[in-house]
Amino acid sequence: MTRQTSDTTPRPNGRHIARAALLGTALALLAGCSAAASSARPAEAPPPPAEAAGPAPQPFASTYHPRPAADTAIVGASILTATGQKIDKGTILMAAGKIVAVGADVAVPAGVRVIDGTGKWVTPGIIDAHSHLGVFPAPGVQGHADGNENIDPYTAHVWAEHSIWPQDPVFTKARAGGVTSLLILPGSANLFGGRGVSVKNVPAVTVQQMKFPGAPYTLKMACGENPKGRYGSRGRAPATRMGEVAGFRRAWIDAAEYARKVDAYEKKRARGEGGEAPKRDLGLETLAGVLKGDILVQNHCYRADEMAVMLDVGHEFGYKTRAFHHAVEAYKIADLLVADDVCVATWATRWGFKMEAYDAIEENAAILSKAGVCVAIHSDEQRLIQRLNVESAVAIAAGRRAGIDIPQEEAIKWITINPAKIMGIADSTGSLEPGKMADVVLWSKNPFSVYAIAEKVFIDGALVLDTSDPATRYRSDFEIGQPVGEE
Amino acid sequence: MQRRLPLFTALALALAATATPVAAQTFAITNAHLVTPGPVGEVPNGTVLVRDGRIAAAGANVAVPAGMRTIDAQGATVTPGLVAVNTALGLLEVNSVSGSVDNKTKNSGISASFDVQYGLNPDSTLIPIARLGGVTHAVVMPDYDDSDQERELPFAGKAALISLGEGTNILHRPGVGMMLELGEDGAARIGGSRAAEFVQLRQIFDLVRQPPRDEYPFELSQADVAALKPVLAGTMPLIVVVHRAADIQQVLKLARDYRLKIILSGAEEAWRVAGEIAAAKVPVLINPTSNIPSNFDMLGASLRNAAVLKAAGVEIAIGGNDAGHRVREMRYNAGLAVSRGLPYADGIEALTLAPARIFGVADQLGSIAPGKSADIVIWDGDPLEPLTQPTAIFIAGREQPLTSRATELGKRYAP
Repeated sequence: MTRQTSDTTPRPNGRHIARAALLGTALALLAGCSAAASSARPAEAPPPPAEAAGPAPQPFASTYHPRPAADTAIVGASILTATGQKIDKGTILMAAGKIVAVGADVAVPAGVRVIDGTGKWVTPGIIDAHSHLGVFPAPGVQGHADGNENIDPYTAHVWAEHSIWPQDPVFTKARAGGVTSLLILPGSANLFGGRGVSVKNVPAVTVQQMKFPGAPYTLKMACGENPKGRYGSRGRAPATRMGEVAGFRRAWIDAAEYARKVDAYEKKRARGEGGEAPKRDLGLETLAGVLKGDILVQNHCYRADEMAVMLDVGHEFGYKTRAFHHAVEAYKIADLLVADDVCVATWATRWGFKMEAYDAIEENAAILSKAGVCVAIHSDEQRLIQRLNVESAVAIAAGRRAGIDIPQEEAIKWITINPAKIMGIADSTGSLEPGKMADVVLWSKNPFSVYAIAEKVFIDGALVLDTSDPATRYRSDFEIGQPVGEE
Repeated sequence: MQRRLPLFTALALALAATATPVAAQTFAITNAHLVTPGPVGEVPNGTVLVRDGRIAAAGANVAVPAGMRTIDAQGATVTPGLVAVNTALGLLEVNSVSGSVDNKTKNSGISASFDVQYGLNPDSTLIPIARLGGVTHAVVMPDYDDSDQERELPFAGKAALISLGEGTNILHRPGVGMMLELGEDGAARIGGSRAAEFVQLRQIFDLVRQPPRDEYPFELSQADVAALKPVLAGTMPLIVVVHRAADIQQVLKLARDYRLKIILSGAEEAWRVAGEIAAAKVPVLINPTSNIPSNFDMLGASLRNAAVLKAAGVEIAIGGNDAGHRVREMRYNAGLAVSRGLPYADGIEALTLAPARIFGVADQLGSIAPGKSADIVIWDGDPLEPLTQPTAIFIAGREQPLTSRATELGKRYAP
């Protein structure tokens, strides 16, 4: 039967790499790359000692460059701006990769390419706040299974970007579904799964060429059945939910101590005093980044009671959860989520594949939206990422059935500005506002229709997919010379 | 054909609470936008007469007998109930809870003889949830338990057709097909190569045709061999899960050689050999959204599979997104196939009459036509659109509740 890469199906176990050996490799890589990366660093940033804890250089820096883009206006379309507005017969003007103007009365300058949007719809580029493309790519063979460092529950030191295979053919399929940015996360086998990375969905050979410029890092955490199932069955902690929470708390105690030591050293250094720099610890460095607010917590958590406990863990140690992912029972605790300003990334259709998903309901997103929670519809899956618009329509319809009418100009936020907020990139993309990146989709129909096709997809103003131009149908290296199908 | 925009139509379902059970299954639906395969076809303003749970008449000029209870559909779309394929409905509650999963066995004496009809649970919460997607019947199929890697296991067992009607004996017809998975995963269960797999299958089929023996090779039990007899007689279809175009060609040849009646399932690369499948008059069960090159069996997976197959003259049935919890999504999958070139009427047929025909029950199910079971869904818009919901569901004329465990939970927290 078909295998999918998602939380619902077990992934093939990768061959176990000894943790010490892996750490050694990662450190060697880091040391080897820091010199090369320094050229991309702003000149005024002081280069810290390579092996010292403290402000790290920017290793693996983004080398993303927007494609050449013609200044373009789409005219006469229905526009969902993701700012709560719907504009009929509107115009969106893009120039130099940015959105210049959006509205019903926008003057189109001479010399601008004009696309007739009559009868069509325009939305921001679709954003998926929970993806494993590239880390669990297609074909889903064991040699490609790079998303779960599942030999230890505490792997805050690994980074998803070091696993991403840019030749995953599903990036192209996601683009055909209008996806312009996505958060690629490690899997959920571990309490701390590692760092996630935000990317622009452009064809690339290296992951650095995809990395969303300026996006903050995120930390994947996981509660519930996955970590305790993975480790309890091997006779080690965590074997229970209480074991998981104890594991989280112990790790945050270590992180706080590490952060104190690094801060103390930095203060001394600033005063011109000597002293030995604490040795860098990649895992604690990530956790300390969370405590400082630089790294955003993305917490895989299904049940309402567990989310409430995890919120209290955050209160105890002074960190904030940016979003609960999957969160199928979030509708039971909408008030807690509003109070803590925590977002939710969830599905409409998936349920029942394990006990903690048994109470999932299609109207979760609608209930949360009505309560004022920042909610995103996410994929976690290779097929669903191609139609997050359809998944959102399911949630709208279920809301209506339950007497909650979420207008489409609100629901579009589920797959645009709200995931951008979850990823910390809402200042630069996710809505159609002047000055933002021109990440835009032209749909053949209302995007909440199953018949809607993303006819034109723009990333930073560049037309990266045009269904009327076969030349824009990118094939990854893997697909070259293979009997691949259309779409 | 014209597709209706999703509109919420408040249906005045004037159901007399005092009606007797039999009378409850006798009624008329008027002002219906009928959308059904078969001779009735699309009727903008039609009527359906239901008598004792069966359709008595349907069409544009059908008079309602005086005094018959009448449901005014107010122009809403009315379709036959959907017939799901590739499901484990009634055999599955929570995938990760093995005690609640009955669609596979570790018992090495039971492969082809595995029979889903004995494991059905009419109280499964998955049934009302699928039904809320307009699904009134489902083909329930066995799967493989691969926990014993040493076990040779070509056949998964016998499928059945069930009704999703509340409070009924859900088993509609047992033994509607024999499951066999080929390709990469199938070959892994018979020694790791499809070159071995086809040799072994041919040996097994030869054995089944021979007089009974006391013992059989290939871990086959007496019961397994007996279960394969109707397959070799061509009276029970062999449902073959297969993906790669070359494997499909091998299966077609195997079917010709042994005069088997076969149904292809999965079949992501079927579009590449659509003409050969059509010529062999072999139907295909597909998920049109299965376009991921998940392994080296389906590098050619394409969203256009459904449209290409239908254009070549292949009969297709469209399934949901898993075997249980996501069966209700089958109608959106048909919509996606329509967005990629499948004619709309064929999309509806692939959810209704086509699966009924493929599994030999088209005389009873799958369309709104006189003499058939009154399995009818009234929708508030185009049934292939996710923004659309059913507003009334009838199975054998009995009105079904529009609730499930999930809607009850929603109501508890968002009253």
